[in-house]
Amino acid sequence: MNRRMDPTLVSLAAALPVLLVLGYALPDWLTFYLQVSLASGLAALAVMLQMRAGLVNFGQGLYYCLGAYAGGMSGHFLGITDALVLLLLAVVLSVAVSFIVGFLVARYREIFYAMLSLALSMILYGLLVRAEALGSTDGFNLPSTTFLGYAPEGQALREAGYVFTCIVALAIAAAVHRYLRSPLGAIGEAVRENELRVEYLGASPRYVVHLIYVMAAAIAGIGGVLAGISVGHVDPNLAYWTTSGQFVFIALLSGTGNVAAPLIGAFLLVMIRVYAVEYSPYTWQMILGGVMLLIIMFLPGGLWSLTRLRKKGGLT
Amino acid sequence: MHKKTMTTFWTLALGLLTAAGLSQTGTAHAQDEEIKIGFAMFLSGAAAGPFGVPARNGAELVVEALNKGEFPAPYDGKKGINGAKITTVFVDEASGEVVADYRKMVQKDEVDLVIGYISSGNCKAIAPVAEEVERLTLFFDCGTPQVFEDVVTDPHYLFRTGAHATLDSVGAARYLLADKPDTGSIAGINQNYAWGQDSWRDFTAAVEALKPGVEITTEQFPKIFAGQYGSEISALLTNPADAVHSSFWGGDLEAFVLQGAARGLFARTDVILTTGESAMHRLANQMPEGTVIGARGPHGVFAPEGPMKAWLEKAYMDRYGVRATYPTYKITQAILAAKSAIEMAAGDSMGMPDQESVIDALEGLEWETPSGTVRMGIANGHQAVQGTAYGRFKYSNGEATVVDMTRFDAECVMPPDGMDGLEWIESGFKGAEDC
Repeated sequence: MNRRMDPTLVSLAAALPVLLVLGYALPDWLTFYLQVSLASGLAALAVMLQMRAGLVNFGQGLYYCLGAYAGGMSGHFLGITDALVLLLLAVVLSVAVSFIVGFLVARYREIFYAMLSLALSMILYGLLVRAEALGSTDGFNLPSTTFLGYAPEGQALREAGYVFTCIVALAIAAAVHRYLRSPLGAIGEAVRENELRVEYLGASPRYVVHLIYVMAAAIAGIGGVLAGISVGHVDPNLAYWTTSGQFVFIALLSGTGNVAAPLIGAFLLVMIRVYAVEYSPYTWQMILGGVMLLIIMFLPGGLWSLTRLRKKGGLT
Repeated sequence: MHKKTMTTFWTLALGLLTAAGLSQTGTAHAQDEEIKIGFAMFLSGAAAGPFGVPARNGAELVVEALNKGEFPAPYDGKKGINGAKITTVFVDEASGEVVADYRKMVQKDEVDLVIGYISSGNCKAIAPVAEEVERLTLFFDCGTPQVFEDVVTDPHYLFRTGAHATLDSVGAARYLLADKPDTGSIAGINQNYAWGQDSWRDFTAAVEALKPGVEITTEQFPKIFAGQYGSEISALLTNPADAVHSSFWGGDLEAFVLQGAARGLFARTDVILTTGESAMHRLANQMPEGTVIGARGPHGVFAPEGPMKAWLEKAYMDRYGVRATYPTYKITQAILAAKSAIEMAAGDSMGMPDQESVIDALEGLEWETPSGTVRMGIANGHQAVQGTAYGRFKYSNGEATVVDMTRFDAECVMPPDGMDGLEWIESGFKGAEDC
């Protein structure tokens, strides 16, 4: 065996059979939470990708929603049900929109980047809420998904959706990991550290930010399609700022140390919420807020920074 | 180092899953003498105050009274439901993961039935899932007629125990034209989202069907939760109409009433507030007298006098210190539908009978509620029909009430079986010509 195999890639590859076995072993409701958290985890991964370059996107819901609606509308109005085609359409739309918007957004940094992206996602929200043909705030339902001609029903459909979500999410995570390890990915972090030096090195920060913005959009768009397929319903709330805020929350909670972090963090957040609602249905937001506060105070690098503490040999 | 990253990766991921998996084995199986109901409503967010909280309070109150056998006749026969104690699980409709939460209630909490959903969007999302997981589900409040007209056209596990939104707009149009037959023009101010758009569309279609040629002077669609309606009120004042229609709710409704009253809009024209009842006790004397208000059915002040209404009003006031509003009545209606059907299906046996027999009993069920008799009349016996009432607001002796109340029979405000709401309105109310 190749000794220099990347452990994260090995783990991601090994995670697939584990997730599939869990899909059968765990009760349905839990695999469903797992499935929807993989979808939102991808959007959080997109946020993390930008955070590595020092950019906080408070409007990632724009592309999450765009992807979900691209998939949803193709299914609802054009009768396209193949998951791969829906995925492709979502990516094409997200990339096209983000490429154009990117010319504007890539010029800004810090709070201006955050606010501009937030504003853009709220524009989409406003447009969708006004659109009576798209069901306005009620949104609309998606037809049953097919997979390369395979058209399961009932339980089989749920299982196929789960398997599909796992494969896509892990593949994307692996691709992002490879990118972050590449020289181009390293420039992203250099942009965060010192933009001026990046220019002296002969690279263009604006080009890098633009590229990261487009990549993040495509990933969030894929997350959106997966969310639409699993829930079977899309509505404008996907673009609302609270949805985007949740992605930032996940990225902060899990940390930017590894591509697996936001995927695990998304599931962790969902589980905290489920049990918070169960034990305290009226103040569950407070529990979530408390968790966030504790993380920021004691683990500013997110949950993933626990791995580094272990390496140092204890909490110091 | 790499090895350690890998170990941590797995510890984190597997630890999480086993923790989540283990915790669910701890839940006890529903015992025979218990019937578990999962409730879903807004417990946070903008819709919690006007709708979610009154519904949750109502559910708590009614479940407790049924368990103690204190609920008035005809529900004083068996304690709880069919002698079994009712237990409850609540989830927040504002969680952002409504579908996953629904599955959790059904599969993890193993509820016998779900009662819930205020948002029409959530109802559209849940409807196909209820049919998929095959668990009895009662929608108690959401308004969109699309649930059975469009989303699930052949329901089996899904029921709606309250009337849909067609009733609100048709009732408003009928009240207006019966009360002021010479109405020649109307105007509207509705929130720019599904509920507001649908309400205005149905209302104008109903007015057109009842009295062709009524002019629309202006239609205002401010965005939801705008809070400031200065320019819209100006538009309504400069394009005067005989009546103004609004389906506003919650904080928007209160803001519009306060701002509109201050500028004399309510004094100059009739204003119809289709959900006005939900805010009447809070606004009290700030609501201009003579405002036409509705309660999305014969609920609250519109409910017929009787022992059930008297009990609900008193028990609610005693416990929560405020008057019960229509969401309280609607959730009570749903719980009583479940009780009636389960006890009918059970016969002599104790506890929860087989789900199929409960569904059989619910289809076409007729049951008594604090809001009068309700019947599962349309959508193959899965959609409730009931009459409605509108009246004019009056504040006297520190009590908000209504005068000039007109009741409408179910056939006059709800479409007949097999006909869509809008289609029925545009057909000139086929089958309801005598109303």
